[in-house]
Amino acid sequence: MTLFSRSLLGGTVALAMATAAQAATQLTVYTAVESDDLQKYAERFNQTHPDIQINWVRDSTGVITARLLAEKDNPRADVIWGLAATSLLVLEEEGLLARYAPKGVEALDPKFVDPSAQNGHDPAWVGMDAWVAAICYNTIEGERLGVPMPTTWEDLTRPEYQGQVVMPNPSSSGTGYLDVASWMQLWGEEAAWDYMDRLHDNIARYTHSGSAPCNLAASGEAVVGISFAFRGARLKSQGAPIELVFPEEGMGWDMEAAAIVEGGGNREAAETLLDWAVSREANELYNEGYAVVAYPGVAQPIENYPEDITERMIDADFAWAAVNRERLLEEWQRRYDGKSESR
Amino acid sequence: MMARPAILTGRLGSETLVRLGVLLFALVFLSLGLLFPLAAMLIKSVQDRSGDFVGLANFVRYFQTPALAGSIVNSLVVALSSTVIVVGLAFLCAYGITRTCMPGKRLFRMLAILPILAPSLLPAISLVYLFGNQGWFREALMGQSIYGPIGIVMGMCFWIFPHALMILTTALSTSDARLYEAAETLGTAKWRSFLTIILPGIRYGLISCTFVVFTLAITDFGVPKIIGGQFHVLATDVYRQVVGQQNFQMGAVVSVILLLPALASFAVDRWVQRRQVAQLSSRAVPWQPTPNPLRDWVFTLICYTVGAVILTVIGTAIYASLVQFWPYNLSLTLRHYAFEGLAGGGWAAWLNSVKLGFSVAVVGTLVIFVNAWLVEKSDGYRPLRQGLHLLAMLPMAVPGMVLGLAYIFFFNQAGNPLNWLYGTLAILVLNTLVHFYTVCHLTSITALKQLDSEFEAVGASLKVPFWTTLRRVTLPVSLPAVLDVSVYLFVNAMTTVSAVVFLYTSDTRLASVAVMHLDEAGYFASAAAMAVLIFFTSLGVKLVHATLSHLLLTRAQRWRQAG
Repeated sequence: MTLFSRSLLGGTVALAMATAAQAATQLTVYTAVESDDLQKYAERFNQTHPDIQINWVRDSTGVITARLLAEKDNPRADVIWGLAATSLLVLEEEGLLARYAPKGVEALDPKFVDPSAQNGHDPAWVGMDAWVAAICYNTIEGERLGVPMPTTWEDLTRPEYQGQVVMPNPSSSGTGYLDVASWMQLWGEEAAWDYMDRLHDNIARYTHSGSAPCNLAASGEAVVGISFAFRGARLKSQGAPIELVFPEEGMGWDMEAAAIVEGGGNREAAETLLDWAVSREANELYNEGYAVVAYPGVAQPIENYPEDITERMIDADFAWAAVNRERLLEEWQRRYDGKSESR
Repeated sequence: MMARPAILTGRLGSETLVRLGVLLFALVFLSLGLLFPLAAMLIKSVQDRSGDFVGLANFVRYFQTPALAGSIVNSLVVALSSTVIVVGLAFLCAYGITRTCMPGKRLFRMLAILPILAPSLLPAISLVYLFGNQGWFREALMGQSIYGPIGIVMGMCFWIFPHALMILTTALSTSDARLYEAAETLGTAKWRSFLTIILPGIRYGLISCTFVVFTLAITDFGVPKIIGGQFHVLATDVYRQVVGQQNFQMGAVVSVILLLPALASFAVDRWVQRRQVAQLSSRAVPWQPTPNPLRDWVFTLICYTVGAVILTVIGTAIYASLVQFWPYNLSLTLRHYAFEGLAGGGWAAWLNSVKLGFSVAVVGTLVIFVNAWLVEKSDGYRPLRQGLHLLAMLPMAVPGMVLGLAYIFFFNQAGNPLNWLYGTLAILVLNTLVHFYTVCHLTSITALKQLDSEFEAVGASLKVPFWTTLRRVTLPVSLPAVLDVSVYLFVNAMTTVSAVVFLYTSDTRLASVAVMHLDEAGYFASAAAMAVLIFFTSLGVKLVHATLSHLLLTRAQRWRQAG
């Protein structure tokens, strides 16, 4: 056997082994991305990286956050792809995230990158898109029951909305928490608690997921669902008799973001996924559901979203929302948990 | 007898060793699957988050938190109301079946069994469509909301009813006609013979039934999860603490509290069972009802009303799964059965459930039957065999939520050599098998008791090893019971949510859990579709089972009819 053929053979074997090893790479990815889209996200990623298989663990924001915190000493997740920035800030504080600057992160709008990156650190997380609060209003039931379409947050505390409003529980739902945090930032804490006290009187129930209030409004089980624009727009396109209301005071929002879990396995594959998550291609994918994405110039207007949505989003302070998360949720539970769904 | 031929003692020696080995294996199996996890849970309930011993501090905190302790009252209210309604209705229907000449008894019994084939989430989903804000019969609630105790009680009554009916039918059919004849000859009034003959005759069946129903009601998770709204019960609290807030210690505390009523009713049931022995003497004559138009008519009406309600609930779920966009677009579609891009895992989850069902049915039947045989038919090691029997009876008293949580604590412990089981389908098989162990054990024991112990004696005297006797004689003869056990395990593996909800992973998602997740995210039609899918899968297996049993009874079991 010549030296050449031997090395060729060796090379082929090495290549075959490398492919086999790569094909077996499994990434455990924790996410709160709407389950409608998970399969699509994995498929798009696999178009360029067929060698990495994503195993999703999906639940709502609060549950995924609590789970990551509970598994702190023995992490089971490799990557977080699609979790609220306010949660990621909490996780970073606890030292759960590994710092990594994905290739091409410079291209992103700086607002969408972990602020600590500006001090010369590698970012602990990178943003993907913004998801925005919205109210889903069932026009048919509203007319039948004489419940008018609201235009402001304040409207929802009026007596005609008694028992007609459904809202997500902020301790399990990221959408619920962004509502609470945005009211705090709009009006100050005291006024916000006062508002929620009055709102609480009109709430039929607090749901576990952020989608559920809009689904309930769409099926006529509730007239008004405090939810988020993505779900409302989807349901309206599917023919639900709902209108999306973007309250005049301004809408709260949070950012979906991605990060590598410190101490998780498969670091190399995890970095590959993060690199892809900040790419233009990925941002075009996010834009299929969300009107505001991290990569400048990518966003196209989306059906049923207002054109001026960015101007109407409040100036959200995620750091504040993250630092105060535990305290606000504890107080919220003390005041209102009695009306929560079982979870 | 002292000096046996060497060859015989040699044979006996190895056989005894095998027997002892199997017995010890069975004991270890049930200890690992039941005792150790429960112990791990008890330990967890007296620890704080960092694992330090804190005595009863968690319990004190539990009782000082009104939002938590209030669930005890809620659970009791719901469970007691369900018990009264279910036992009352089941008694009437069982009476109709056994003591009247109402027409269509077989049809009614078939209808009445249907709720067992569906997950308890199914009636809850149907109730939303029937009595929710858009429901057809919402006015019937007179302004009350279905989301709460009313809905929970209605849903529970639906799926617990068959259990109660079976127990009471059995109790009512074992009666001695001679007593009634005597009463009639003596001119006793009907109501009097009811109070003095019928009720005392079935009192143990009635007590047993009451406790079974109460235990099922207080431990059920599916119904309150879907339709409970803000009305919290113990079972949903365990879930809320563990999954929602990742507060495992408090989850353990609620589990311990949930374990108490179940253990108590288990103890009462054991006591009753012991008294029931020899209720019926061998000289008793079975009672045959004689036609009585008015009575037969009344009971036909009662039974078929119940049957109609059962059909309505199941029909509603099927309808809900087919409607395009309820209630605004009532055209029919199959798209909700695609489950594409929805929470829960879709058809893959269904396939996992079927896999789980078959695995539990095969492994479970084998393990349970052999263990029952060890208890009932083998000899020697009496304390070990009694211990095995006791272990086999215990799972009935352990609610699914508690067992599931206990498995997390035990199998996910760092340093447990069985840690690798965690997150696999195998742990779901083990958990489901242990969860539903007791009823199968009792069924097998009953079947084995009917066999003459001479078979074993003859086998031994012919120097045939016990496993040959077991395989060639005992097992084939007990085949109907074995089939019953396997189909029971399959159906329960398909429908259960409570224990597995803590143990599934992204690779081992189950259909029943998917129903819950779909509902949680607000995809009510797809949730209904998945529940319907589970129902029809169970129904299909049940029908195959019925056909198989029929064939076996006519072929392999011809000897039964001969006698």
